[in-house]
Amino acid sequence: MTSNTTKKAGPDLGKAFKDAILAGIIAFALLGPLIGLKTDQNMDNQLVLVNNMPVALIFVALVMVGRFLLAAFIYPAIAAKGAKSKAAVSLAELEAKAKRTKRLSLGGLVFLFVYPMLILALFGVQGSIKWVDNFGVQILIYVMLGWGLNIVIGLAGLLDLGYVAFYAVGAYSYALLAINFHLSFWVLLPLAGILASFWGMILGFPVLRLRGDYLAIVTLAFGEIIRLVLINWKDFSGGSAGISSIPKVSLFGLYSFDMGATNNFAKAFHLAASSAYYKVFLYYLILLLALLTAFVTTRLRKLPIGRAWEALREDEVACRSLGINTTNTKLTAFAIGAMFGGFAGSFFAARQGFVSPESFVFMESAVIVAIVVLGGMGSMIGVALAAVAMIGGTELLRELSFLKAVFGDDFNPDQFRMLLFGLAMVVIMVWKPRGFISARQPTAFLFEKKTISGDLVKEGHG
Amino acid sequence: MSAVAKEPLLAVKGVKTYYGNIIALKGVDVNVNEGEIVTLIGANGAGKSTLMMTIFGQPRAREGQITFQGQDITKMPPHEIARLRIAQSPEGRRIFPRMTVLENLQMGASLDNLKYFDEDAEKMFTLFPRLKERLHQRGGTLSGGEQQMLAIARALMARPKLLMLDEPSLGLAPLIVKQIFEAIRNLNKTQGLTVFLVEQNAFHALKLAHRGYVMVNGVVTMSGSGRELLENPEVRAAYLEGGAH
Repeated sequence: MTSNTTKKAGPDLGKAFKDAILAGIIAFALLGPLIGLKTDQNMDNQLVLVNNMPVALIFVALVMVGRFLLAAFIYPAIAAKGAKSKAAVSLAELEAKAKRTKRLSLGGLVFLFVYPMLILALFGVQGSIKWVDNFGVQILIYVMLGWGLNIVIGLAGLLDLGYVAFYAVGAYSYALLAINFHLSFWVLLPLAGILASFWGMILGFPVLRLRGDYLAIVTLAFGEIIRLVLINWKDFSGGSAGISSIPKVSLFGLYSFDMGATNNFAKAFHLAASSAYYKVFLYYLILLLALLTAFVTTRLRKLPIGRAWEALREDEVACRSLGINTTNTKLTAFAIGAMFGGFAGSFFAARQGFVSPESFVFMESAVIVAIVVLGGMGSMIGVALAAVAMIGGTELLRELSFLKAVFGDDFNPDQFRMLLFGLAMVVIMVWKPRGFISARQPTAFLFEKKTISGDLVKEGHG
Repeated sequence: MSAVAKEPLLAVKGVKTYYGNIIALKGVDVNVNEGEIVTLIGANGAGKSTLMMTIFGQPRAREGQITFQGQDITKMPPHEIARLRIAQSPEGRRIFPRMTVLENLQMGASLDNLKYFDEDAEKMFTLFPRLKERLHQRGGTLSGGEQQMLAIARALMARPKLLMLDEPSLGLAPLIVKQIFEAIRNLNKTQGLTVFLVEQNAFHALKLAHRGYVMVNGVVTMSGSGRELLENPEVRAAYLEGGAH
């Protein structure tokens, strides 16, 4: 690969084409007989050969296209990436990278804010519900949960398998307090966060001395305990029947802090005819909540407490010898992570209008942990991408009916949804073992204000 | 300080430390005076690192007393001991591998919440120019010698009154060991920094130190000035023959 420059002139299309042809021949030799010829019984119970060649050819074509893409673009890209040495990192490179990340997240942000509008314009008011609710709101809830858990796992390095417990605490706090005391969502949202972080500390205390596997087991048990209490304490939580008719997020009262989309809320309030407006409102609500999580996390990372979390993840002994109180550091990580879980939980309750212990099974914790791991521990953008892939992916896989065209009408795509999903997870972990974005963004740069004159710097120092 | 001059900065008196039921330190007495470099040498498993860790409160001494500036620190938790400005570069360096050199240094300065960071970082770059070249590189990608420099620099960022180093020469090329020991000597001379150095590399350590202790099986068997110990036939036989380059 001597001539392979990384620039656009790079990909050797001729070679890739040859590669694809070769792969196609092999695929045909294999799949032609395997898929193309099908044995069947006819009316007279005789064995006959059914010609199924078109299907085989579709697969062969897929193989060829895949091989072509691999050889032309993906392999060279991987080789180019590997060639760049990882050792020497210049400040300019880091700054360029930080800038790129910033642009990427800004672009993503703009997209997220126009997304409901776009959907409304494309699919109309009723048609938008599926896309705003199933994809938008659903994914954003998991983005938020992923970001919340990212504080505990990604930053502080504490493997928490019971995160769903705090989600449950948030959801039940809202449900119970809203029904029994008729408090509004905006009062209960912070309250649910506080209650969840209180439970985060309760979990934190007994597990302070545990790490790794042991910590994981205890947190897992904690998640189950909360769920079992909710099931069995029927007077309090309604048992496994759950709590229904939880009030929606109302627009009475104190909703007006820095919500940009005030008009939309009002419109939804007057036009209760379609639930689409409420969904759009919920979309913006969870978007803002998720962004709050992201904002707080990125801020905290630059503060002493965030630095302490990351140092704790790296080396607890070294932390102590530098005068860091590891007890407090762990507790704050649990508490703040749990708080965002609580926020997400109360949003969930308000959105569903119904909560039951069934929503808070271990599987949920596992999905959230998977999102954090898949995204690359500690990376905000990675976690967001992973949530899109995991939740959006499972939702998208519901739309597999086009496969009926290939496999015939008696093919039931729903049966293969989870199989395909599992396969995709395995492929991703093989391809990116440390998650989508494994590179950690440094929080501090020295000498970045080169252009400021010396006098100014001197004055600036307290 | 109340008592004039004579009171040692760090005093370890009759300290016994156990791992479970196994006794690791069988009553150790060590003093470190202000402005001194004191070294503790001994073979593998003699209890050198255990003493270092005991001074830092983990594991705790079951018997005996450790005082720093006359204050009893035997039962203090480690992070509070660090707040008394005892800095430690633990065994195996223990830098933060995924954080950059700069962030590692920031962690060192967390006691003062980065108040003197810029000023102190500049000092570290004069002491170890290599760190400045590697400023935005992840700690884990540094060479062993650079990591050791970073570990010492990180400890120094806390503006310590006492610097405790656990085997800074471990696994390093002789030339780099020399560089690092030279830096320690410099700090002691120019800033009067008190250093407590645990070493297996007895020759270099005794040459550097004002005073030394020899530890065998959890007991201090010998002590004296660096030169005395260097010339002591027993020490020579046990730790130096073949060891001196």
